[in-house]
Amino acid sequence: MGRALSPAGAPAGRRAMAALTAVLTAGLAAACASGASGTRVVNLYNAPQESIGAIAGRCNREAHGRYRIVVNTLPRGADDQREQLVRRLAARDSGLDVLGLDVTWTAELAEAGWIREWTGRYAQEASKGTLPGPLSTATWQGRLYAAPYNTNVQLLWYRSDLMPDPPSTWAGLIQASERLAAEGKPHYGEVTGAQFEGLVVWFNSLVASAGGRILSPDGRRVELGPSALTALRTMRRFARSKAADPSISNTKEDDARLAVESGRGAYEINWPFVYASMATLQPKLLKKFKWAPYPGITGPGRAPLGGANFAVSRYSAKPDAAFQAALCLRDPESQRTAAIQDGLPPAVESVYWAPGMAKAYPMRQAILDSLKTAAARPMTPTYQNVSTVSAVRLSPPKSIDPPRTLRSLRGLIEDALQSKGVLP
Amino acid sequence: MNEEVSSAEAIPVPGRAAAVPSANRRSERRLGWMLCAPAAVVMLAVTGWPIVYSVLLSLQRFDLRFPARKAWIGVDNYTTVLGSSFWWNAFAVTVLVTVVSVAVELVLGMVIALVMYRTIVGRGLVRAVVLIPYGIVTVAAAYGWKYAWTPGTGFLARLLPAGAAPLTDHFPAIGIIILAEIWKTTPFMALLLMAGLALVPEDTLKAASTDGATAWQRFTKITLPLMKPAILAALLFRTLDAFRIFDDIFVLTNGAQNTSSVSLIAYHNLIGGLNLGIGSTMSVLIFLAVALIAFVFVKVLGTSTPDAGRR
Repeated sequence: MGRALSPAGAPAGRRAMAALTAVLTAGLAAACASGASGTRVVNLYNAPQESIGAIAGRCNREAHGRYRIVVNTLPRGADDQREQLVRRLAARDSGLDVLGLDVTWTAELAEAGWIREWTGRYAQEASKGTLPGPLSTATWQGRLYAAPYNTNVQLLWYRSDLMPDPPSTWAGLIQASERLAAEGKPHYGEVTGAQFEGLVVWFNSLVASAGGRILSPDGRRVELGPSALTALRTMRRFARSKAADPSISNTKEDDARLAVESGRGAYEINWPFVYASMATLQPKLLKKFKWAPYPGITGPGRAPLGGANFAVSRYSAKPDAAFQAALCLRDPESQRTAAIQDGLPPAVESVYWAPGMAKAYPMRQAILDSLKTAAARPMTPTYQNVSTVSAVRLSPPKSIDPPRTLRSLRGLIEDALQSKGVLP
Repeated sequence: MNEEVSSAEAIPVPGRAAAVPSANRRSERRLGWMLCAPAAVVMLAVTGWPIVYSVLLSLQRFDLRFPARKAWIGVDNYTTVLGSSFWWNAFAVTVLVTVVSVAVELVLGMVIALVMYRTIVGRGLVRAVVLIPYGIVTVAAAYGWKYAWTPGTGFLARLLPAGAAPLTDHFPAIGIIILAEIWKTTPFMALLLMAGLALVPEDTLKAASTDGATAWQRFTKITLPLMKPAILAALLFRTLDAFRIFDDIFVLTNGAQNTSSVSLIAYHNLIGGLNLGIGSTMSVLIFLAVALIAFVFVKVLGTSTPDAGRR
C-alpha cells in the first residue's frame, strides 16, 4: 500500500494499467478483425477426441472462409462435460456454437430451450443415410434437435477357447461360468456393476430385452412393468452366481476390459473399443477374442445404444454458420476419420463399407445388426436424476431385492419426473 | 449495535466533552452515519440480497429444464427435502465428519499449540513447519490424498491388502475424508489455541508450581479454565467451517457411496440437477443449521468473540 502511494510507485502502476489496456484492446481488435474479413468463428465444444482437430481442419479448408471452426475440448468425464455445458447455457453464454452431446442429453437441453431445432435443408442433410437408431437419440417429441455424429452398441466379447458356443441369454452365461468354474478355468463374466450410469445401462437393456420399458416413449410416465421384475431377478442371480467377479460392484467399462485382457475374466459385456485395445495390448489373445450379440432373457437381447450428436446452441450469434459447420463435422468423411482414428462407430450406414473400415471394424456386421434392435435409454429431460437415483438403488447388484427394489425405484423415478427428486 | 453506540457515547471525549454543545455532537454523529452508509448499503446488498433470493427460490418449483412449469409452491420443497433419505444421510455424514474432526483437532491442536508456545530453539521454524498443511490449497491437498489412497498409484494404498480400494467403501471413505480434514486444519486450531495460551499469566503458573501442583494439575486447573474463551472461539470457528465441508469430499469421492455432505448434496441438486428450487431449499437449511450452531455457541456456551472481551 505504502509503495503504491510513493512517487515512484504511481507511474509503475499507471504503466501496468496501460499494458493491461493494450492487451485487452488487442484482444478486441483481433475479435473484430475476424468478423470484418468475413470468416465467422464457430466454437465447437466437444469431448476429448484425438482426431477432432484434423476433422475440423478439413472442414475449415472446404468452407473457403464461410466459417472457421475453433475446437474447444470439454473435460473427460461425461458428468463434467454436461455440467460445463448446462452451466454456460443457463447463463445464456453466446461463446458456444456447436455442442457435442451425449445421446442422453437431447431431451434435457431441448426442453430447456437451449438447443435449436433442425429444420428444412439442414434437417434433411442431417438425417440423409443416418441409421434410424442414432437418429432417434437426436429426436425429442418428434422434432430433430441434433445431428448424429457417432453411435455405439455393447456386444458380448468372449474367449473362444473357453466358450466355443457363446450363449445368447444371461441364464446361458451363468451356466457357462459354472461349467468353467468346475473345470478350474477363468470363469468371471465382466459387467458394469459399479454405482454409476453403466449400471443403469445394464438394467435398461435387461428391461428392454424382457419386453418392457423404464419410461413411456413420451418420457412422462413410469412403466417398469413385470419385465422390470424379470430384469432385477436376472441381475441379482448373475451377481450371486459363479459368473460374478468379486469386484463386480466396483466394475466400470475399463475395469471389465482390463479383467479380460489380464486373463481373469472369460467374457465381458462392453463397447467395441475393447477390440482395438486387445489388438494393441494382448495381440496373442486377439485370435481367441470373439464377439456375439448382447445376451437376452429368452433369446438375443437388446443392446444398449450409445453415441454422440452435434447440436447448435440457442445463444449462438451465427446459427447458419454453426449448422453448416456441424454438418461438415459429421459428414461421412468426418465419421470415417473418427471411426478409424478414434474407434467411434459411424452413425451413417454407408460409412461402414468405406475404405479402411474392414480392418478397423471386423465386427461391423454385428454392430449394424445390433443397432436394428438396440435399446435407447429413457428419453426424458430429467434423465440425469433418473439415472443417478436408479444407480443408487441398484447398487450393489447382489443386494437387489426384486419386488422391494422395484417399488423403491418406481417412487424415486416418479419424483424425479416431477422435479421433486432429490439427488444424492 | 445500540448498546455499543450508547456506551461509546458515554465515554467522555477528554478535554472536549463538557465544552462542546450537544447539538454539535449530534451533527457529528449524523455525519459519521452518513459516511459509513454507502459501505453499509453495499454490504447489505451483496450479503442480504443473495440470502433473500435463495429464500424466494426455495419457495418455488424452479427447474431450469422445465422453464414453462415454474410456479410458487409454498413450503413443498422443504417437505420434499426433509422427507428425503438422501438429505438425512448427507446430514448424518456432515455431523459425523464435523464432530470427529473437530474433537481430534482440538486435542492435537492443543498439543501442537503447547509445543509451539514452549519451544525455545527455532521457534519461527517450528511454527512455519506446523503451518504448512494449512497453507496448501485444499483442492491440491485433497488430490494428494486421493492419489495416495488409489490402488496402483498411491503410497498409502500400497500399505493395504491387495485389491483394497478404501475410497470406494462407505466408512473407509469417510475415514479418509476426516483424516484429510484433520491434517489440513489442525494448524489453524493450534494457532487459535496458542493465542489463548498467551492469556495465561506465567505468575499464576509459577505460584501453583510453588504450591506443589503437578504439570497436569496446572494444565487442567489453571491453563484450561483461563483459556476457555479462546477454546470456545476456536471450536466455534472450526465447527462452522467443518459443517460446511465441500472441497475435500468433492475431490475424494464426489459423494459416491453415500458420502455427500450437506453442501455437496446442495451443489449436486443446484448445478448438476439444475433444480434451483430444491437446491436453494438445501442452501437455506444449511444457513439455518449454521446459524443454530453459532447461536448455541454464543448464547448457551457463552463464547465471546475476541474483541468483545469486556463482559
